[in-house]
Amino acid sequence: MNKLVVSPSPHIHSGLTTAQCMYGVLIALLPAFFVSLYYFGLGALLVTVTAVLSCVVFEYLIQKYLLKGQPTIANGSAILTGVLLAFNLPSNLPLWIVVIGSLFAIGVGKMAFGGLGNNIFNPALAGRIFLLISFPQQMTTWPRPQAFNMALDGETGATTLNILKRGNIDEIINIDVMEMLIGNAGGSFGEVSAIALLAGFAYLLLKRIITWHIPVSIIATVFLFSFFVTLHEGIEYALIFAELQIFSGGLLLGAIFMATDYVTSPMTRGGMILYGVLIGIITVVIRLWGAYPEGMSFAIFIMNGVTPLINNYMRPKRYGEVAKNG
Amino acid sequence: MKTFRIGGVHPSDNKLTAHCPITQAPLPSQAVVLLSQHIGAPAQCIVEKGDQVKVGTLLARANGFVSANIHSPVSGTISKIDNVADASGYNKAAIYINVEGDVWEESIIRNDELIRECQLDSQAIINKIDEMGIVGIGGATFPTKVKLMPPRDMTAEVLIINAVECEPYLTNDHALMLAKPDEILVGISILMKAIHVERAYIGIEVNKPDAIELLQQKVQSYTGIEVVPLQCRYPQGGEKQLIDAILRRQVASGALPISTGAVVQNVATAHAVYEAVQKNKPLIERIVTVTGEQLSQPGNYLSRIGTPISQLIETAGGLPEHTGKIVLGGPMMGRATANIDTPTSKGTSGLLILPEEQSHRHEPSPCIRCAKCVSACPMGLEPYLLSRAVAVDNLEIAEEHHIYDCIECGCCSYSCPAHRPLLDYIRLGKGKVMNIIRNRSTEKKQ
Amino acid sequence: MNIIITSIITLAAIGLIAAVILYFIAQHFKVEEDPRIEIVEGLLPGANCGGCGKAGCRNFAESCVKADTLDGMLCPVGGNETMKKIASILGKEAVEAAPRVATIRCNGSCQNRPRTNSYEGASSCAITHNLYIGESGCAYGCLGCGDCVSVCHLGAISIDSTTKLPVVDTDKCGGCGACARTCPRGIIEVRPLGIKGRRVYVGCMNKEKGGIARKSCNVACIGCGKCAKECPFDAITISNNLAYIDSNLCKMCRKCVDVCPTGAIQALNFPPKKKSETTTTDTSTQQ
Repeated sequence: MNKLVVSPSPHIHSGLTTAQCMYGVLIALLPAFFVSLYYFGLGALLVTVTAVLSCVVFEYLIQKYLLKGQPTIANGSAILTGVLLAFNLPSNLPLWIVVIGSLFAIGVGKMAFGGLGNNIFNPALAGRIFLLISFPQQMTTWPRPQAFNMALDGETGATTLNILKRGNIDEIINIDVMEMLIGNAGGSFGEVSAIALLAGFAYLLLKRIITWHIPVSIIATVFLFSFFVTLHEGIEYALIFAELQIFSGGLLLGAIFMATDYVTSPMTRGGMILYGVLIGIITVVIRLWGAYPEGMSFAIFIMNGVTPLINNYMRPKRYGEVAKNG
Repeated sequence: MKTFRIGGVHPSDNKLTAHCPITQAPLPSQAVVLLSQHIGAPAQCIVEKGDQVKVGTLLARANGFVSANIHSPVSGTISKIDNVADASGYNKAAIYINVEGDVWEESIIRNDELIRECQLDSQAIINKIDEMGIVGIGGATFPTKVKLMPPRDMTAEVLIINAVECEPYLTNDHALMLAKPDEILVGISILMKAIHVERAYIGIEVNKPDAIELLQQKVQSYTGIEVVPLQCRYPQGGEKQLIDAILRRQVASGALPISTGAVVQNVATAHAVYEAVQKNKPLIERIVTVTGEQLSQPGNYLSRIGTPISQLIETAGGLPEHTGKIVLGGPMMGRATANIDTPTSKGTSGLLILPEEQSHRHEPSPCIRCAKCVSACPMGLEPYLLSRAVAVDNLEIAEEHHIYDCIECGCCSYSCPAHRPLLDYIRLGKGKVMNIIRNRSTEKKQ
Repeated sequence: MNIIITSIITLAAIGLIAAVILYFIAQHFKVEEDPRIEIVEGLLPGANCGGCGKAGCRNFAESCVKADTLDGMLCPVGGNETMKKIASILGKEAVEAAPRVATIRCNGSCQNRPRTNSYEGASSCAITHNLYIGESGCAYGCLGCGDCVSVCHLGAISIDSTTKLPVVDTDKCGGCGACARTCPRGIIEVRPLGIKGRRVYVGCMNKEKGGIARKSCNVACIGCGKCAKECPFDAITISNNLAYIDSNLCKMCRKCVDVCPTGAIQALNFPPKKKSETTTTDTSTQQ
């Protein structure tokens, strides 16, 4: 007989592993990926593959040769960073820029802080913001979606957010929301299809990988805030405007997949809601009054920085804190 | 459906022995009776080597208020009073008895006839429970009489019977409820009389529908007892969680559970109380669930206290070839042991034999701050933070974040996707912090 | 051009004003302190090990400056040399103290003490000790999880991969005793280093009766008392079935080593004996 094992309790485990969480998120991203392949074709595929490969390779090299530790690429976190970074890029972005973004995301966004679990900012977001500031021209020229697109440099066009920013009421009212839900809209290729992203959200909730608190509070805040801001133009218009705010740009992608990143979001339910509400407010503020048409990345990025503070003040409700609360 | 309000997990039941009737385990050839089978001071041995004892003879007397009498579970000769390695492998004082026949003390009534009426008054009941060495046999082994004597400024309003059995695998309480419902209910009535309460709730998780149905039918002939079906969730059998689930009241940090007006007793303890008060039978045997996927005859065995666990495993079909771990108790809070000669004690509720492939822990990976431990903690603590604080020996932080409230249920380690040994560190830190607090209060007194 | 000059002047002015303000604030909030404390602290190794009995190096430096004599004051890490330097600065007399090192009083290597089960859990001796007896049958021996390794600021202890026992690097060890205080089983004792590092000690802490102790480990002290009878200097005492060699009385004759039936007594760094080594233990790995 083998030697008996002795260990402290508990002796069973839920079976959930870090890798399962990461791959679960990847599975949830699949619908959005297929939609982007449909509309942006080869470009989307190339950018995704490049980002994933370079993220994994950079993580491996840094862990093995710089930190001299065991590489942990098998847990899928580097793949996830790569996919999320890619989804936040235009499909016609030159691949060398994608590689630079990956290097920044993994090297500075993650490894410089000590690797998985220690980073303050979402690495994919750090990569995207770095690229947005360094290559504003390339990062804000989005190709028009086109079914079964095989061309690498198609026509480019304005996104819904550009139209919203311009604030021309007639133009805004004419936007076809249905097309936006499906994904037939300009933008970074992972963020265009609301339905695909929401399907991913449903999967994540079903698998209990994330809770509803962060996405719902972000979406609700953005809706309510943009509704009240434009209320003076009439209720009907405000409703359309608020609705468009939710379905346009990276809001859904950010709310469901980026803001919910375990490492950089708060630990308690209350903290998560506060975090979501503040992200929503900052996003709308930047979108309406800031210099950039899109504020989601910056909002999440700022709130990533505030997360430790939220964790410090939003404690879980302890048992017995309010004794005899019949 | 009622359940507790904070945290909790839902491991798969694995109640392999749920419908195994209670089976009598054979007598051991030698019984080893530990002198410390309860929380509190070890009992004081009153027999000597060579003494003849019967089943039920007092072997050791309670040593102080929080302590319990220990009676002989077998008849025969005391062969020695010496140390024995307990489940942890450390030596504990014990009485070795060579078993000869099965002669019981005459005072014990050994028929199965139900005696419903109890003429004793409250104090007499409590004395009887004390005398018969009854302790909480759900696992905590807290002397029962202590719980029945609340501090002067607190009064009991309600009795809660813990028949939750939320630990996976264990079915000893379930089997007992199916076999002895009337005895349990009389035991509950006696306990109610002892603490002067008019109401009692029996909390049972809904994965035992037959027990719920049977007891619901039986309680109709008893006044003031109600069966409360509870949603399946671990650790509902924790005293604090059960009070919250049934009464929607929470015990303040550091306070006694009685401060909510509730006295919680395990269902098997209620049965032991019945036997002690009505039949004069001390706590000398108990039901032990011997279970494991690979055992050939898993079951609920009525076995004498002091039986070596190796013999119980033999009774259940012998140790399977690929055994990796032997756990005394359930898989969430039980204690793994490498010593198969260790004797059972009053608190041994189960013996779980895990196969090799389920025995190993995964290699821990870095914390990804997923907050699963925070949402799983039934005490509303932050296990990731506490465990880290203890690992770097920062006990001030651990104390500041209420490490002493931890009930060591294991929900945090169970749910951690990074397989971090959260509870290992928290348990260590809790011990250290409790020590610091104790020292501080003694210093203050001086 | 004008702009540049204006900016330079403005900046310089701001800098100057800030410097003046800072100077006065620094003067105002200055803490009066003996400057020698700073110097003494600089001489100390800065390990903050607590081996001197004070709360860190700073605290020790303060005590040195305040104390009338340096009698009984020793930085175990820096040793006599450091104390001499401190003494010369403070104009006091340094008192020589014998250098001391951590000594591992367990020789239960995997060979001597078979492992009967395997522990899986947080790698901490304190946790293992609280949980159970350990991987072997000895309730007194080394648990091998390395709490002493992690507590040592000087990197003097490491766990040998074959014996699974801690090994003390006597060159690095300052004898501060942090490991001895951490070890939940108390198997580490700080003993005098001895000439050329020679030490004789009982490499066992097992307080069980002889038979039980021997069953769990080949090199256990069984408390037979032969060594105590043999010792010409009465340096060995037996209590709780365990021998102890008083380092103040021991003259390192090694007669006890020869008579010990289990080889529990360790003799380190002695030249090999001419005839044959009587001890069967792997003393070489202990160093």
